Amino acid sequence: MKFLARRLAFYALTAWAAITMNFFVPRLLPGDPVTALIGRMQGRIDSNAEHSLRVLFGLDENTSMWEQYVQYWGLLLKGDLGLSFTHFPTPVAQIVTQSLPWTVGLVGVATIIAFVVGTLIGTAIGWRRGTWADSLLPVSTFFSAVPYFWLGLITITVFAVNLRWFPSNGSYDRGLLPGLTWEFVSSVGYYGFLPALTVVLSSVAGWILGMRNMMVTVSSEDYVTVAHAKGLPSRQVVLGYAARNAVLPQVSSFALSLGFVVGGTLIMEMVFSYQGIGYTLYQAVSTHDYPLMQGCFLVITLSVLVANMVADFVYVALDPRTRQES
Amino acid sequence: MTTSTTLSAASAASVAPAATDPVPVVPARRRAPRLLFVRNAKALTGLALLGLFALLAIVGPWITPYDPSQVSADLLQAPSPAHWLGTDHTGRDILSQIIVGTRGVMVVGLVAGVSATVVGVIVGVTAGFIGGIGDETLSALSNVFLVIPQLPLIIIIAAQLPSAGGLTVALVIGATGWAWGARVLRAQTLSLRRRDFVEAARANGERTWRLVLAEVLPNLTAVIASGFVGTVTFAVLSQVTLSFIGITPVSEWNWGTILFWAQNNLALQRGAWWWFVPAGACIALLGMALTLVNFGIDEFVNPRLRSTGLHARSLRRRGIRPRVGFTPVVREEKS
Repeated sequence: MKFLARRLAFYALTAWAAITMNFFVPRLLPGDPVTALIGRMQGRIDSNAEHSLRVLFGLDENTSMWEQYVQYWGLLLKGDLGLSFTHFPTPVAQIVTQSLPWTVGLVGVATIIAFVVGTLIGTAIGWRRGTWADSLLPVSTFFSAVPYFWLGLITITVFAVNLRWFPSNGSYDRGLLPGLTWEFVSSVGYYGFLPALTVVLSSVAGWILGMRNMMVTVSSEDYVTVAHAKGLPSRQVVLGYAARNAVLPQVSSFALSLGFVVGGTLIMEMVFSYQGIGYTLYQAVSTHDYPLMQGCFLVITLSVLVANMVADFVYVALDPRTRQES
Repeated sequence: MTTSTTLSAASAASVAPAATDPVPVVPARRRAPRLLFVRNAKALTGLALLGLFALLAIVGPWITPYDPSQVSADLLQAPSPAHWLGTDHTGRDILSQIIVGTRGVMVVGLVAGVSATVVGVIVGVTAGFIGGIGDETLSALSNVFLVIPQLPLIIIIAAQLPSAGGLTVALVIGATGWAWGARVLRAQTLSLRRRDFVEAARANGERTWRLVLAEVLPNLTAVIASGFVGTVTFAVLSQVTLSFIGITPVSEWNWGTILFWAQNNLALQRGAWWWFVPAGACIALLGMALTLVNFGIDEFVNPRLRSTGLHARSLRRRGIRPRVGFTPVVREEKS
């Protein structure tokens, strides 16, 4: 319990830090891109929206930094992230909530597949250490050294442009109405296959390597030797004794690597024009839509924090030692 | 393959004199093998590749066949003797772009790696060494930076800077990417600071800064090195990604800029593979070289991982069946 309380406090602190960073970044950087944009939009922004933009970006010269900060929190708590410039006058919050489920679905499925597959392969390689299986390592290293987006480009060329097996962009057949029909769901799966495949390919190497190294370390522990000495079958020793303990650091690094995976997935969405939050961020960056950019960052960060918290709870459930500490 | 041949050759060469020589090996003559790190095939491959790229980065602008931004009449040509890697949509030579772009990539990697490592060492070692409330604060700080997704953070900072050139991007990456190193270094320092040799130095009345610099830091070299290599990898990938999505000025050549042009001019749909394959392959090669160096460092530090470098065949020849639960320790006889 104490462990969980500590973690919760930590996540509250991190969320505060991320929000504060989001507040200060546009204020500390030189130049004032927003004034120019407001100027361009003159007359089309009503005074209320203009006020909230001024608060979000610190253009309000009359108030002190502290007052701005308080006002900023007030707006955030109401869920007001300002208005998007490009999709004027749609609120940023609305755009973000539309695109978030796509990203969560894509990252969630792909990451879980990569984690399970990578951990299983890592177990096998760590077990059969020193055989041909070790040669899988350089191959998977190559895939992890390749930037996500380049792997995406290559899969598009091969599977979408040349073989025409899969569509090269989009997230579902535009001719279908979104809804819980079998047709729509299968279309989402079909369109999501290539992006998910690329995410899995490029993130699986990390899991393989981590699990393999942990297996190598764990397998020379005394309890593994004892299990061997008792005459237990190899399979039981590997899965029930070695892998079971080796997987714990995997779970804790799962939490830490999440931010990295999410970063990669954002790029993947940009390449595949997949309508998730990464693609939204990409559009915001290329059209200098600052409110949308800030909103995306905030939502991405908070989602990663929530996912981290879940991973922590899983860890507590898996490892009894964390529960006994207090 | 190379591992097994060099190993078996080395052992054969060392066994032969030992067999003919009746005098037992004197332990004092057995020195700690120097340059063990360089003897590692993985590390050696990685270092060689890195050296190649570094050389390209230095001499690049003088050896390019064309000016990378020089527009010509050969639009979108496939590789030919005149243009080894073909040309892009305005007839610019892609090989020249890649060679010139090497410098941009390497400089950003180096600057970001150095700055992140310096911050990481300062924060991590300080936190581990002073302990108490200072440690709590610094660890919380690095954990916060660790959990916040870096790439979106770098994107929003770089996108709002009026001119995000290569160096700016490198510094932004350095400023956000130090946390992992700090965390690892803190854990390592914690385990070092109560060791006997540090206590002895403390009892001798050494000052704190000397304890840190002369006693603790040298023992962290491997950890720092591997953190540095990891950060450089991350920095290279981030910078290339930023250029690819068009945040850095597109007139500055690096491998990401090439991919930016390729993506924006439908190189994929036109089947112009020579436009985006070489640049991506260069990134992958550089990334792989860095990862191999890191493997080398890991195996150098953790002998248990090192023995896995022995190929199955050479193990089998010695009658060892690799299996879980036993670490094959093979003594290389040296005289």
